[in-house]
Amino acid sequence: MEEMVCIECPNGCVLTVENKDGEIIVGNYKCKKGITFAKTELLSPKRTISSIVRTVFPDIPVIPVRVSGDIPKDRIFDVIEEINQIRLDKRVGRGHIIIDNVLGLGVNIIATSSILINT
Amino acid sequence: MKEYDVIIIGGGPAGLASAISAKDEGKDILLIEREVRLGGILKQCIHDGFGLLRFNEKLSGPEYAEKYIDIFNEKKIKALTLTFVTEIVKEENGFTVSVVNRDGVTNLHTKTVILATGCRERTARQIFIHGTRPSGIFTAGTAQAFVNIYGQKPTKKCIILGSGDIGLIMARRLTLEGAEVKGVYEAKPTPSGLTRNVHQCLNDYNIPLHLSHTVTRVFGNSRLTAVEVSRVDENMAPIKGTEQIIECDALILSVGLIPENELAETLGAKLNERTKGPVCDNLYMTSVDGLFSCGNALHVNDLVDYVSENAAEAGKAAANYIKSERKLLEFSVGENLLYIVPQSIELESDLSAVTVYFRSSGDFNGKKFTIKVNGDTVFEKKYAFLRPPEMEKLVIDMNKFNLNMNSRIEFSII
Ligand SMILES: Cc1cc2nc3c(=O)[nH]c(=O)nc-3n(C[C@H](O)[C@H](O)[C@H](O)COP(=O)(O)OP(=O)(O)OC[C@H]3O[C@@H](n4cnc5c(N)ncnc54)[C@H](O)[C@@H]3O)c2cc1C
Ligand code: SF4
Repeated sequence: MEEMVCIECPNGCVLTVENKDGEIIVGNYKCKKGITFAKTELLSPKRTISSIVRTVFPDIPVIPVRVSGDIPKDRIFDVIEEINQIRLDKRVGRGHIIIDNVLGLGVNIIATSSILINT
Repeated sequence: MKEYDVIIIGGGPAGLASAISAKDEGKDILLIEREVRLGGILKQCIHDGFGLLRFNEKLSGPEYAEKYIDIFNEKKIKALTLTFVTEIVKEENGFTVSVVNRDGVTNLHTKTVILATGCRERTARQIFIHGTRPSGIFTAGTAQAFVNIYGQKPTKKCIILGSGDIGLIMARRLTLEGAEVKGVYEAKPTPSGLTRNVHQCLNDYNIPLHLSHTVTRVFGNSRLTAVEVSRVDENMAPIKGTEQIIECDALILSVGLIPENELAETLGAKLNERTKGPVCDNLYMTSVDGLFSCGNALHVNDLVDYVSENAAEAGKAAANYIKSERKLLEFSVGENLLYIVPQSIELESDLSAVTVYFRSSGDFNGKKFTIKVNGDTVFEKKYAFLRPPEMEKLVIDMNKFNLNMNSRIEFSII
């Protein structure tokens, strides 16, 4: 039996994971999200990431961004590389899509603050 | 002199939530913030994980804060930014608050004050390290501001001392920015941060966590060039012969947060030894009549969701405050509890849904959070596990306990 920390919420349940004849049995979860997490984590782990993009505006040199949905864990650095290429020259607000369908992963890079328009 | 019902000091999530709920009670509100923008520390917390409890969404810090700022603006609540509170004086029927900003010095009068000034990080001065005093030693929060607000890279190769959540978050953040984080060193035998952060911020990036280790010496003249780390014994004393030199250009500190309570102290509010914030009752009123406290100024909440929640309650209580004789029943803190908030209840208030926050003093499995009144158990709840970094919250109907001024009410984990 394997132990695994669920990272879906601050509870951080220490799940137990067992492979019984090809079926994955999950235990010790406080909610059902733990089951989904354990299965995904074994097959193809996913993560949410946040970073910043550079702007051309001297008053606000960077704005925060994140992925709009989980991405495969082994693509994190590739996505960061894409984000680092951007120089934002438009004053956009929270929720604005900065990179559409990043690397074909089916998620967008979105702005997470409106500091550029509310100054 | 301008007259308000409630003046709120601090424009972070606590100040915003308390202002919104006080305004909903139809009162005259003013919020005072020393920085240019509202939002508090969340402006620099760009990672996700905020609002899971409150919005059931994985928001980043700025998104969470801006949701509240939007509501704050819709309700046309008055705010003074870039404004410092220089003094608060308690008077017969309220407080005079002196502020200074571009318009000069102004005196304002208010019936009640809510302190929502947040917390600050412990710094190098509060921990003892031998050696020179080079630059390159700063807190995880400072590193966070450098990277996330100013877009600068404060280090190429660093170590982190202390395993608080902000340190763990910054270990990941700096790694994503191309820096090498050589390890996180924690003097205690267990991590201070959430298990989930150890997992997703360190393990995911193969950053080693060295428990029972501390930094014993720093090297470098103008800039840090290396640190010496040592293993510590169970009394946290460094063990001779275990020293190791690690080359790095930065030592990042994540050794804890403490409530910012300078203003509370000048007003003579009693502080709680355990939380390091002011003592308060179930209405979030401190020992000073009409002075309220909430958010991280009251006690360090690790989740902003809880901050917004207790701040909203504080805002409502402050808006409805009417001066009267207080009938406070103090709680006693028994076995295995690190702290409990509030520390007393107002017997004249509505006791049907009293919110209680607590932390255990150690790691426990299968123990019960227990309330005893005059020695009889009146409430218990079993927890599969309790750990000091993970704060717990309960809403309890205390009407059922038939409390009076002579009752003895004790909380413990047994
Ligand atoms: C560096 C750092 C990183 C953190 N990261 C996280 C995290 O990732 N996740 C999380 O859930 N929590 C985090 N926290 C905890 C965080 O403090 C709370 O979640 C939340 O921001 C607390 O809200 P608050 O309103 O109580 O305090 P704050 O957000 O700190 O807001 C306090 C506000 O009061 C203002 N202020 C203070 N004194 C005065 C004065 N005298 N006059 C006028 N204004 C004043 C400050 O400028 C500030 O805007 C972090 C804390 C720190 C210090
Ligand atoms: S199992 Fe549910 S409660 Fe436990 S950490 Fe995962 S999401 Fe949170």
